[in-house]
Amino acid sequence: MQPIVEIRKLAFAYAPAHPVLRDIDLSIERGAVVGIMGQSGCGKTTLLRVIMGALRPSAGEARVLGHDTRTLDTQGLYAMRRKMGMLFQFGALFTDMSVYENVAFPLREHVKPPDELLNDLVIMKLNAVGLRGAAHLTPTELSGGMARRVALARSIALDPQLILYDEPFTGLDPISFGVIVRLIRNLNDSLGATSIIVTHDVQEALGVVDYVYFMAAGRVIAQGKPDEIRSSSEPFVRQFVNGAAEGPVPFHYPAPAYEADLELAA
Amino acid sequence: MRIVDLRARLERLGSGVTTHVWRLGFASRFLAYLVLHSGTALRRFRLTIAEIYFAGVLSLIIILVSGLFVGMVLALQGYETLQRFGASESLGVLVALSLVRELGPVVAGLLFASRAGSAITAEIGLMKATEQLSAMEMMAVDPIARVVAPRFWGGVLSMPLLAALFSAMGIFGGYLVGVQLIGVDAGAFWSQMQAAVDLRNDIMNGVIKSVVFGIAVTWIAVFEGYDAPPTAEGVSRATTRTVVTSSLAILFLDFILTALMFTGGTHQ
Repeated sequence: MQPIVEIRKLAFAYAPAHPVLRDIDLSIERGAVVGIMGQSGCGKTTLLRVIMGALRPSAGEARVLGHDTRTLDTQGLYAMRRKMGMLFQFGALFTDMSVYENVAFPLREHVKPPDELLNDLVIMKLNAVGLRGAAHLTPTELSGGMARRVALARSIALDPQLILYDEPFTGLDPISFGVIVRLIRNLNDSLGATSIIVTHDVQEALGVVDYVYFMAAGRVIAQGKPDEIRSSSEPFVRQFVNGAAEGPVPFHYPAPAYEADLELAA
Repeated sequence: MRIVDLRARLERLGSGVTTHVWRLGFASRFLAYLVLHSGTALRRFRLTIAEIYFAGVLSLIIILVSGLFVGMVLALQGYETLQRFGASESLGVLVALSLVRELGPVVAGLLFASRAGSAITAEIGLMKATEQLSAMEMMAVDPIARVVAPRFWGGVLSMPLLAALFSAMGIFGGYLVGVQLIGVDAGAFWSQMQAAVDLRNDIMNGVIKSVVFGIAVTWIAVFEGYDAPPTAEGVSRATTRTVVTSSLAILFLDFILTALMFTGGTHQ
């Protein structure tokens, strides 16, 4: 079966002199939960934006849900996105709508079901994330974890084939974190979807994903199943998995000599 | 050294001009795209009605109170001058023409820019900063058609109504001060106003002004919000720019429109 996301020799740069992604090869099979990991600024969110079609590759190929994202016009892009769901880092809920209206939004925009069916669908989606009782609340009345769950309910409203998660664990307490991890896995399996999780929370994410791509400086430097990543000998991966202060990624940002900044004689 | 300084200044000037021209071009393309993608705002008119409430109805208090006081001051000042020439019965004409032709559209436009324009910019800017617009795009919903266009048309439709209410309230304020307080004859106040104010040359020209100001202010407000850097500082600066640019645009456009409408001796 054709992979749901297939990326070959992909490069991306906002300006030619400063490439953000280089020589990326990646293949994601249907039904998998895949993690794209690496430190902040390594290019993983940019890669996610290429997959969702928000950025066009500077070179190489990105095929998503059978579409070559380089050739899609706006209508084609929107047609592709109707088969995708996206969970943003902080939920990105519409603050002028209630929880119910947020989940109903994509259904109203695309499906326009009768009111009774719409109500049933919204209640079912909210029940799937455990927040049926919070339907009447506004986003400002939700905790961070609840907001993330409502956003998850909204992102699965159209039963997507591909669900993208951008840093889904940031700022969550342990209980909310556990709930989100379980929901990601359960929803992926029950919907028969494929999930891509972009995160720098390595230890937490390794417990939920089937396969990992590890990125550094715009490249994929390691890949494999979670156990292979945990036992990787790649120095960068080791530093990241163990949370070591020193390693390939130095503690200090590049700077002149300390003595020179303090104006001390050598 | 001086030549180097001069060159650096010229380069900065050139860069500034280029940036502003580029931004004006971008804003124009944005307006064209917005108008062409207004189908959702017009088909699902309740979206636009909600924005009319937000931009128009919620601006009513400031518009009505300001209109009342402007009319009252106009009557006091006008009476002071007119009585010197024995023409105090023309007070109604002076108040009505000043309001309908000029002060109604201009002052209502300035108040609209401060109250509704800044709110529109802040709202769209914050939606962008909190990724709500990106989320909409990811749901295959065009944020310009769904969020920006209803706000644009809501503002454009609200502004002439607010200007008309401002003028009506101003005339009532002029009546209170001129007739009830000072004692100008009520018959003369109303009849002279009725005889002198012309539907096409005065009222319609005032309406045209308020429509043009409504388009300009709302265009600036939605563009600044959409183009705002997605940070607290970026949204704050965009909101300030909306008020400053809108106010200057209103005064500039008012001069151009007045020059086109009321010169050449076509109207007495």
